[in-house]
Order: sequence, then C-alpha cells, then structure tokens
Amino acid sequence: MEAYIIAMLVFAGFYALMALGLNVIWGLAGMVNLGLVGFFGLGAYATALLTKNLAWPMPLGWAAGALVAAAAGALMAVIVARLRGDYLAIVTLGFAEVIRLVASNEVWLTNGTDGISGIPGPWRGEVSPQTFNLIFLALVWSAVGVVFVLLARASHSPFGRVLRAIREDEDVAAVAGKPVLWFKVRAFALGAAVVGFSGALYAHYNAYIAPDGFAPLLTIYIVLALTAGGVGSMRGAVVGALLVVLLLEGTRFIAQEIPGVSPVQKAALRESIIALSLILLLRFRPQGLIPERTRTRSSP
Amino acid sequence: MIQDWRDLLQVLLNGVMAGSILMLPAIGFNCIFAVLRYPNFAVAGYATVGAFAGWIANTQWGLPAGFALLVAFLAAGAIGLLAEETALKPLRPSGALTVAIASVALTLLLENIVRFFFGNDLRGYDLPVFRDWRFDGVRVNPQQLSNAIYAAIAASALFALLAFTRLGRAMRAVADNPQLADIKGVDPERIARVAVFIGAGLAGFGGMLIGLDTSIDPLTGFRVVLSVFAAAVVGGLGSIPGAALGAMVVGLGEEMAGVLLEPAYRTVTAFLAILLVLTIRPEGLLGRRG
Repeated sequence: MEAYIIAMLVFAGFYALMALGLNVIWGLAGMVNLGLVGFFGLGAYATALLTKNLAWPMPLGWAAGALVAAAAGALMAVIVARLRGDYLAIVTLGFAEVIRLVASNEVWLTNGTDGISGIPGPWRGEVSPQTFNLIFLALVWSAVGVVFVLLARASHSPFGRVLRAIREDEDVAAVAGKPVLWFKVRAFALGAAVVGFSGALYAHYNAYIAPDGFAPLLTIYIVLALTAGGVGSMRGAVVGALLVVLLLEGTRFIAQEIPGVSPVQKAALRESIIALSLILLLRFRPQGLIPERTRTRSSP
Repeated sequence: MIQDWRDLLQVLLNGVMAGSILMLPAIGFNCIFAVLRYPNFAVAGYATVGAFAGWIANTQWGLPAGFALLVAFLAAGAIGLLAEETALKPLRPSGALTVAIASVALTLLLENIVRFFFGNDLRGYDLPVFRDWRFDGVRVNPQQLSNAIYAAIAASALFALLAFTRLGRAMRAVADNPQLADIKGVDPERIARVAVFIGAGLAGFGGMLIGLDTSIDPLTGFRVVLSVFAAAVVGGLGSIPGAALGAMVVGLGEEMAGVLLEPAYRTVTAFLAILLVLTIRPEGLLGRRG
C-alpha cells in the first residue's frame, strides 16, 4: 500500500509538471494545446534513446528531452501562431497522433509497438525498489518545485505580463509594440520543454516506454488537471494534478466495489468519469479551484 | 509500386473510395462548424455511435446495409443532438475553444459508453461476400463501390436540402451571417439544432461506412479523425462543398502516400496536408477568408 501511494505521488509529479507546462501555453499565452502527449512522448523517447543507446548521462538525457520538445513546440508555434485557436486545436491534436504513429512504425529507431525497455534509472538495481521509488519521488517533486518557482516568477515578470496581454487581446499587445509572434513562439517552446522534461523523467522512472503509453487520454487528464486547478494559476496546476490522480485512483477503488463488471467495463467507467468531470467542471467552475490572481481582473 | 497506367488508375480509384468514406464525417464537421463556429471533435464519437447503431440494426435486427445506414444516421444524429443540448450548448458563452475541449471529452465519454456495452472486440457486419471485379488489371471491390455510392447519395441529399428547401436556405443564411438571419426571422437556435442533427448523423453514417469497409470497435471514429479534420481544413472550415472536395484530395493523397511511403503513414500525410494548407492558404480550397 505504501509503495502504491508513493508510485501514485510520483505520477502526480509528472502530471504536475505537464500541467505547469500547459499553463504557460494555454493559461498565460491563451493558446490551446491538445497535443501535450506528443511533447511528453518526444521527451521520453529522446532521453530513452540517448541514455540507453549512446550511454549519455541521465541529466543530459533529460535536458535533451526538454530541448527536443521545445524545438518541436517552437516550430509548431511558428506555423500556427497566426491562425485562430480552433486551427491550433486541430493541429496540436494531429501532432500528437503523428508522434505516436512514427513511434509505432519506425521500428529501427523506437522498436515500434514493442517499445523500449531497460531504460536506466537513478541507482536502479543498486538500491531496493522501495528506495528507488523514494529517490524518484524526491527527484520528481524537487523538479516540480524548481519548475514551479521559475514559472511563477516568469508569470509575474514582464514576459508573463505580455503573454497575458496577448491572451486578452493580441491586437492591443501588437499596437503596444510587442512582437506577438516571438512571444507566442517562446511561450510555446517553454511550455513544451517542461512537458518534454516530464516525459523524460517518466521514461527513467518506468524503465519502459511504448507508443500505447502516449494516447490522447493523457492530454485529457492534464487539461482536466489545469481546468480543475485554475487556468492561468501555477499553484492551481499543481493542485489540479494531485486532484486528478486522486480522482483516477479513487475511481479505481470504487470500480472494484461494483459487482459483476468486467475489467474492460471498469476501465470504461473510469474513463467516462474523467470525461464527465471535465465537461462538468468547464460548465460549473471554469475558473478552477484556485483562480488566477492578477492585479487587474477582467470580468470572467 | 506504380509501373504503368493501370497501377495509377488503381491508386486513383482507391483514393476516390477512401475519400468518399471520409467525406461524410468531414461534411458533418463542417456543417456544425458553419453554423456554430467551433470545431466539434465529437464527430469521432458520433461516428463510433453510428457504426454500432448500424451494427445492431444489421446483425441483431437483420436489416440490410442500406437500411442499417439509415439507422446509423438517425441514432448518431439523435445522440449528437442530445449531447449538444445537454453538454456543449451551455458552454457556448465561454467561447469556441471551451466547447472544442469539451467536445474532446465528449468523444472520450461516448467511446467509453460504447466500450462499456460492447467491449473492445472487433465486430463485423453481416454482408454478402463478393469477389473483386477485375477490369483489365484494375481491381474494384464491390463493397467499396457500394459504400462510395451510399456516400454519394447521402451527400447529394444534403446538397439538395441546402439548395432547394426553405430549411436549407435558412441554414445557409445563418452560416453566412447569423445576425442578419436572426433579423430576417430565422430562429438561429432551431437552425443550430438541425445542423447538429445532420452533422452528427452524417458522421454516424460515415462511421458505419468505415465499418462496412473493415470492422468496428470503440476507436473506429477516433482512428479516422485526423483524416476527417484534414479533409475539412483542406476544403475550408465551414464549407460543405469544400469538405467533399477536401475529402477527395486527402483520400487521394493518403492513397498515394501509402504506395510511395509506408501504408502506416497515410495519417501522417493527412497531417502534412493540414500544415501545408494552413501555411499557404489558411482559408482552404473553397473556404472564405476570415
């Protein structure tokens, strides 16, 4: 039970990082990103290949994972930044599917749907699995802490203020002399980097990655986490991630109690609950539990 | 590989067949976009719902494919209207993106409701099995041909509705300028409901056509969703003739990519088509600027 709780907290850390990344892109800059899981996958594959095949040290692998995701994010932002949000939704969703397809089919590189196993982890094998879990728990939540502090500062810096201005009214920001495209590209790259970093950590924790692990469902979890916590609020992103893990695991126990339901049906029920919670949240509490605080709140 | 004109003709033919299957969900997507101005990702869910409703009609009630398609249309349309009214409509004041995000969740919900009752197994329809016809080396699969004909009939029916009926004129008016249509006494709410019913219904019809071509499972709709968006974007978001044309372009493009590259990368072609069109001509082939 203890090991289980620790494992869940580690996952909450991955989700919190992703939600923080999404908060830069969506919360601050107002660009929707439904392809989070694509950036997550890029980060995971980048570090897995570099550390396992080329024997790079792990911290370099994490940095590479973040960089690859950031580059992909910047490229995507350049292509779609001038377009309306609905196009961005379509393109990002498509991007994640393409990443999954490439990972499934480029067998020479990614080992296809069989996935990559035996990815090294910090002190894995040298310490007991329980200690390994604890080490990783400390690692991932320190990462959350560092990223949180950096992003919270960025969000109140001139950079963050310009992003909010762009979110509220792009034309006004442009008239005020802000290079809108350049800010959007940087926001997208920064957010994608954090998501990619989370993916890189995940690869080393799990020791195994496969295309199945990067399904669109994960994107929904994170959108739900950020919506629950409060779009635009960094604290909200972290709290939301914890809530989503609680909800996911809570429904696991509830589903176990229902008699006469097959495992597939249980999984279907849990995913339905997640989907339904997102729809209900968007309707009844769109500002989230910890609404964004800014000096000049515009009317919601 | 393409060696002579027969191979080329075969690829073109396969492309048109593939395009005709994408056409209906793409038209449904654009039909909803034209009136309500948001990308409804739930077309994937509606396609799955239609495929399973058609499957029940076909295998459990013993209806032939043509009637089962009608059941697929009505069931997906009804579910679509219900979902729109209960889940998506209250979110409209929050903006198009909120509705779009909710529609992704809605697809997940519909998919899992289907999964709860039918499981993850692949299911096939009860169909007479035909051998491929051969014309001088070019193969035609009778089932695919009849699917293309069904798709053409459904699309023609929609075009006739839009072109010749009062309701169709009202729908075009709302799509063109909602305020003006409102002033002229067209009820935008009613038109929105009709558009959602038809859009979701066509997605369901298309979903069953996909199933007739291969087999169905809860992910049937989601698997083609990228190609469907590509068709809608290439043709021009909100343009119904554009969706039909875009579906043909994407169908042909995917088929050619399948021959030149690997078949698995057909969907990647669709994504590249989206990027290409957005970079060069964001309004799409037949869309309006703005």
